[in-house]
Amino acid sequence: MWKSQGINLSPGTVIKGKWHYRSYTIVKKLGSGAMGTVYLATENGQSVAIKFGHNSSSITTEVNVLRTLQKVQDHKLGPSLLDVDDWVLKDGSQVSFYAMEYLKGKELNRFVQEHGFEWVGILAVQLLEDLEHLHQFGWVFGDLKTDNLLVTFPPARMRWLDVGGTTQVGRAIKEYTEFYDRGYWGMGSRKADPQYDLFAFAMVILQIEYPGRFERGTHPERALFMKLKQANNIAPYQEILGKALRSEYNSAAEMKDALTSLLLASPTQSKRNTRAGRKQSHSVQPSRKKPTATVPYSGASTSAHKWEIVGIVMTVCLFYMMYVVMQWI
Amino acid sequence: MNKGTLKQILLITDGCSNQGEDPAAVATLAYQQGVTVNVIGILEDQQSEQPEGLEEVEEIAMSGGGVSQIVYAKSLSQTVQMVTKQAMTQTLQGVVNQELQQILGAKQEIEDLPPEKRGEIMEVVEDLGETCDLEVLVLVDTSASMHNKLPTVRDSLFDLSLSLNARMGKNRFSIYTFPGKRKEMDKIMDWTPKLDSISSVFPKLTSGGITPTGPALREAMQQFTKKRSLRNLIGREDTDVEESGY
Ligand SMILES: Nc1ncnc2c1ncn2[C@@H]1O[C@H](COP(=O)(O)OP(=O)(O)O)[C@@H](O)[C@H]1O
Ligand SMILES: [Mg+2]
Repeated sequence: MWKSQGINLSPGTVIKGKWHYRSYTIVKKLGSGAMGTVYLATENGQSVAIKFGHNSSSITTEVNVLRTLQKVQDHKLGPSLLDVDDWVLKDGSQVSFYAMEYLKGKELNRFVQEHGFEWVGILAVQLLEDLEHLHQFGWVFGDLKTDNLLVTFPPARMRWLDVGGTTQVGRAIKEYTEFYDRGYWGMGSRKADPQYDLFAFAMVILQIEYPGRFERGTHPERALFMKLKQANNIAPYQEILGKALRSEYNSAAEMKDALTSLLLASPTQSKRNTRAGRKQSHSVQPSRKKPTATVPYSGASTSAHKWEIVGIVMTVCLFYMMYVVMQWI
Repeated sequence: MNKGTLKQILLITDGCSNQGEDPAAVATLAYQQGVTVNVIGILEDQQSEQPEGLEEVEEIAMSGGGVSQIVYAKSLSQTVQMVTKQAMTQTLQGVVNQELQQILGAKQEIEDLPPEKRGEIMEVVEDLGETCDLEVLVLVDTSASMHNKLPTVRDSLFDLSLSLNARMGKNRFSIYTFPGKRKEMDKIMDWTPKLDSISSVFPKLTSGGITPTGPALREAMQQFTKKRSLRNLIGREDTDVEESGY
């Protein structure tokens, strides 16, 4: 017999695996979703997270993905896998589970609420870097949404969990959530490609402004871009998010670079000091920074950029002329 | 392992059948013919508990070797694609289980294997699910009570084709409604690879008070058998025939 749905374990329950005999003591429930329930547990005093699946096949699929991701050696993607097993209950039924690294952190929205909006861009760059590695490896995360993200702190680091939707490039996305799904908004297919993740990720950032989410109505695309336009707290990222929603970035790296140059070009704005931030950024931009700090990307094409280049060219010319003149003398 | 075509009937209804033969019996028959029957029962948005009629939903799907789910209209889209995919996995797992039993002799199932071995088998099942061809006949209950749910059903079917067409394998869909005007069911859409044109043909009006689920299922089942016998008549190049049908 297979036990499905709604597993409910009280603290202190000891879980012993049928195949590997490792035993875990349940501490508390961490959360649950469509595919399983995750508990914090200890094994010999060490904290681990254990995911009990509603069915055995979803656990097997996720374990396969986690094993594959573990092969990306120089870059850690997702929580590490510690054990896979079945637990036999008193009544003879069994539940499949796997144990993984416990990520202690805060939900993204709570983190931003408590630490300020200036963190959004910085955390986003981190996740885009992970996505970049994942995509290069030939996989797409798929079910990217706030429930599947966590910010560990300190140092602040955005991490993903739940690889249930993680799909090989070119295949049909295994699992998705409507609000974050490109197909749901009529903005593209459900085939796994890097742009699929970038769309979902843009939605993750957009929902920071609208935690209650919003409806697609009869004109999904129009509704979506209207909401983007009205998003004040994340206003600096509007252009970048818009491009991600339209699948205009070729890769996560391209989006990351655009975001990075934006972050470097202006002081990070937070809700608390928006006005001061704006003023500052206006007075800072025209005054030329060190030429080495310029990033040759079109992401933030402002007039300041042009002036910097003109400045560099003029400086070089000046030096050259002095050199020529010196030669003459 | 040869890459076959999976055949499914997806029944979408909101209540119990009240005319003709027992739908569970027909579903059993369909399953024996290689057609899986999945059933989705729709609840009214304000309905808090399961009404009596919907018990039948699980029974039909169990008999038809498929998956059933009872949902509120608003989450229909996600459910339709999930049920279809789950049923595919289930069927493919069944096939793999049979092969396992042949190889290992004893009554071995995927779950009886250690987790490590399970992983390899699951990979095979997933590959098959991604690449196999699929035929889904959608049978929509359009009895009077379904009236305000029809637009949602239409959207969810469009969404289903979006999900399945992201796969590498080929898909063919057809849509029927019941009760039919004169027959057990009416054809809304003949076998087609995409449901892009669904909004122009999907009925906006319901078609009557009776719910002859059993007889409609029997008709639906024959849409597969007919095709197959036709193919057998024509001969061996069955895949070519299928292609030209698009
Ligand atoms: N490794 C982990 N460390 C800490 N919390 C976790 C971990 N894995 C999952 N969780 C929590 O459990 C919840 C449900 O787990 P998840 O794997 O997303 O299940 P589902 O596949 O059903 O969505 C997550 O949203 C998260 O809050
Ligand atoms: Mg989740």
